[in-house]
Amino acid sequence: MTGSFPAAMLLKSLPEISLVILAGLVLLLSLVWKKRPPQALTWITIAGLMLCLLLALLFALPVKGPYLIWGGLLKIDVLSFLFRMIFLTGAALTVLISVERQPSQGQGEYLALLITSVFGMCLMAASADILMLYLAIEITAMPLFILAAFQFRQKKSAEAGLKYFLYGAMTSTVMVFGFSLLFGISGQTGYSAIAAALEPDRLPVSLTAGIFMLVLVGFLFKVSAAPFHFWAPDVYEGAPTPIAGFLSTASKAAGFAALLRILQEVFRASPELRFGLLAAAAVASMLIGNFLALRQKNLKRLLAYSSIAQAGYILVGAAVGTPLGASGAIYYLIAYLVTNLAAFGAVAVVSSNTGSDQIAAFSGLNRRNAALALVLGAALLSLGGVPVFAGFFGKFLVFASAVQAGAVWLAVIGVLNAVVGLYYYLNLLKVMYLDPVPEGSGPLTVVFPWKAALLVCAAGILVLGFIYRPWYHWADLAAQMLLLH
Amino acid sequence: MQFPYLSVLIFTPLAAAVILLLLPNRQARLIRAIALTASALVLGLSAALFFISSPVVDGYRFIEKIDWLPELGISYHVGVDGFSLPLLLLAGLVAFSGVLVSWNVQDRPREFFSFFMFLVASVLGVFSSLDLFQLFFFFELAVFPKYLMIVMWGSPQTREYGGMKLTLYLFLGSVVALVGVFALYFGSGLNTFDMLALEKAGLPLAFQQIWFPVIFIGFAVLAGIFPFYSWAPDGHVAAPTAVSMLLAGVEMKVGAFAALRIGIELLPQGAQHWAWLILLLGTINVVYGALLAMAQKDLKYVIGYSSVSHMGLVLIGFAALNQQGLLGAGLQMFSHGVMTALFFAVVGMVYDRTHTRDIGQLGGLARFMPLAAFGFIVSGLVSMGMPGFSGFVAEIPIYLGAWRVAPWVAVVSAVSIVITAAYILLVVRRVFFGEVPQSLSALEDIHTRDKLVVLMLSLVMIAVGLLPGLISAGISDGVNRILQLLGGSL
Repeated sequence: MTGSFPAAMLLKSLPEISLVILAGLVLLLSLVWKKRPPQALTWITIAGLMLCLLLALLFALPVKGPYLIWGGLLKIDVLSFLFRMIFLTGAALTVLISVERQPSQGQGEYLALLITSVFGMCLMAASADILMLYLAIEITAMPLFILAAFQFRQKKSAEAGLKYFLYGAMTSTVMVFGFSLLFGISGQTGYSAIAAALEPDRLPVSLTAGIFMLVLVGFLFKVSAAPFHFWAPDVYEGAPTPIAGFLSTASKAAGFAALLRILQEVFRASPELRFGLLAAAAVASMLIGNFLALRQKNLKRLLAYSSIAQAGYILVGAAVGTPLGASGAIYYLIAYLVTNLAAFGAVAVVSSNTGSDQIAAFSGLNRRNAALALVLGAALLSLGGVPVFAGFFGKFLVFASAVQAGAVWLAVIGVLNAVVGLYYYLNLLKVMYLDPVPEGSGPLTVVFPWKAALLVCAAGILVLGFIYRPWYHWADLAAQMLLLH
Repeated sequence: MQFPYLSVLIFTPLAAAVILLLLPNRQARLIRAIALTASALVLGLSAALFFISSPVVDGYRFIEKIDWLPELGISYHVGVDGFSLPLLLLAGLVAFSGVLVSWNVQDRPREFFSFFMFLVASVLGVFSSLDLFQLFFFFELAVFPKYLMIVMWGSPQTREYGGMKLTLYLFLGSVVALVGVFALYFGSGLNTFDMLALEKAGLPLAFQQIWFPVIFIGFAVLAGIFPFYSWAPDGHVAAPTAVSMLLAGVEMKVGAFAALRIGIELLPQGAQHWAWLILLLGTINVVYGALLAMAQKDLKYVIGYSSVSHMGLVLIGFAALNQQGLLGAGLQMFSHGVMTALFFAVVGMVYDRTHTRDIGQLGGLARFMPLAAFGFIVSGLVSMGMPGFSGFVAEIPIYLGAWRVAPWVAVVSAVSIVITAAYILLVVRRVFFGEVPQSLSALEDIHTRDKLVVLMLSLVMIAVGLLPGLISAGISDGVNRILQLLGGSL
């Protein structure tokens, strides 16, 4: 099914190509167009991202089976298509949330870096070759390292960037070592060729297990799952809030997209191994994330630990690896995108108004801005997995998939963790709805782009929470096509 | 295609809840008017359902079914039988009374009435569900309004603790039950959450024996089953009056109802296997709850623990698994719901005027608020199972049913009648009669709205007590259906 002629291939990767052009354009404009209105670049970026989304819908809709393009480097299927939508939407929302945060002199760089990292994510989700995957991961990560340290004059932001970089460099080195072993064994870099070399009759399972662990290190870092989660709280706290939101949603989704694919297409010969390791990581992430979140005083740190726990829930679906598990993980990631961006968006609003992202800064939020409290409340309840909010159905699917696969214990650990999670989310609701308004705090100003972003997220949280069919259809299609082998 | 009565019933409060959230808090009058209209509609419609005819399919009426997510066999599927119809009426009664007694909420009325309407929609949704997913969906929909209402408008001393405890307990019970629901779904191999289809799945005996306790007890946590009952008094006492009424009056029935519908109806052989355990736990509930109620000094805690005791009778009725037991349980759910709602309403009225719930500091209140005293006494008589009141017609069948399967249960739990009589009479004498303490001179009588609530709920209990056929005929039909699932005669 290799693409027959370059024009078709070009068309299939048109969204990625346009992203590169967009990044260049934004950078160029920021240099030459000195007298632009303050938010011109923001809107250009959003328009560009939406255009990419449209191009993907028009030209790269995977109507028929998967296509391998560029000599087998990339695979265009429903999974890569769906995740491309996730990344583009997430990036557009992040740009909206970023509005006030951008230091005016760095606006062009900020946006261009963000776009570049989205470009990398799109490649990650589509990679069908370990070399391509490694490149994609680095293209994604490098801009994010810089973005995390974007407010480099603040100690915490600089620290965040450095920590993220060191952790990322270390884990990706380990992963690349795994890749080199895969190459050494198979002499190939394409997924399907490697998978053939990993068949149990050709390679002892213990060796596959070793390689799998090395590769997994990189992924667990990317999705901020235990035991490679340590970077998350410090980085989320120090990084600009919108970037923290972006890291926790789009970047995590990219990690999961690539993980789901590599599990199915490379390590498919050893399902027990996959289940054992991933279930262990899932349980560890849920426990660590939820129990450490209980004691946090800073909302961004709390959201970081909660995001570790959420990675654990999603890993349950990935560990099970059935169509239901995979589609559950995908649905979860879509729900999580709007949910967590809403939460980080609300944090951005409050912290830019009050200069604090401590939980105490949110007390009495309901009296200061009822709509904002409602949106943040919906996001927290969605994280907690309560209907009628999006996160409920994501949890429903992944836990169902665990029971379906006979791993009732995993589902039980999952639901018990959901109870712990609900405890601290409800506590936050209490802070917002019951606690007195701090003295001397005025009304919160919410500028238009924030309103727009929060509105879109809130609508997403609700729509994904009770209208399941279209989203589940796509998630299911992606999972089915992935598991087609 | 029949008019979608049940959907209108469920979505009226839901729509009201959403509309209320969009109004400014300044418009308190409009907010109250909308809440009152919506709850009046719910009450009217839930009562009207008794008289509207509708084709009967599989024992259910007013059936509506719309695909929700057909890939997983999830549908929006509602319908009622004789068992759930009185519960809808109960929800309507309590919703309407709840709005009336909360008329004067000053602090953020928009949020108060909106969350209250969410709660009402949640319970109505559960009572009409014929789809497991949908039932669970509506069940969990109550999580945030419950918590926020207790925390925001509850009594300041215990609201944070009580609200969190109640919410987490119930969430825990329901998510554990959810794992059981998943097992049921995959175990049946039918790829559907449709309860009518799952009833016919013929699940293997071993499967039913493993999963029945998980599902039944998981949901029965919300009915206050021993040893998972302590959230109930703490939560109900901490809650504001209308929420106590709804939580103890209706939400506890939601738990019992889900335990019955899913636990017993879908896993009948599991229910037969474990009936002894439920009988045992139910008996402990009845006796221990009554003893705890007697030991309380706080008026609201007395009622809180009495609910634990009375819900035990519902569980015993269920576990008897025979005609009398189930019929009694159905009647008791309705009777206890109305009774406890009235109890909490009166306690709220007393507290609003005296600012204390300490039994020792109260006295002679009948002099100032005779109708409140009347309501409390009627509830008390219902609670004691006095003939002529709804409690009698509900409890007698339960004892009869229990006697047939396990006489010791009937004997031991009948002891609770004496204990109940003791603490109720004690409370009535101390609070409403006798000397008026110095601190309580010149209290105002209760408001006309409150009088309306007291009269309405009292009359319902007397009516059911005198003419039990009003609701028991329908419940019998529902019971026969369950008995068929249990394998005919028992």
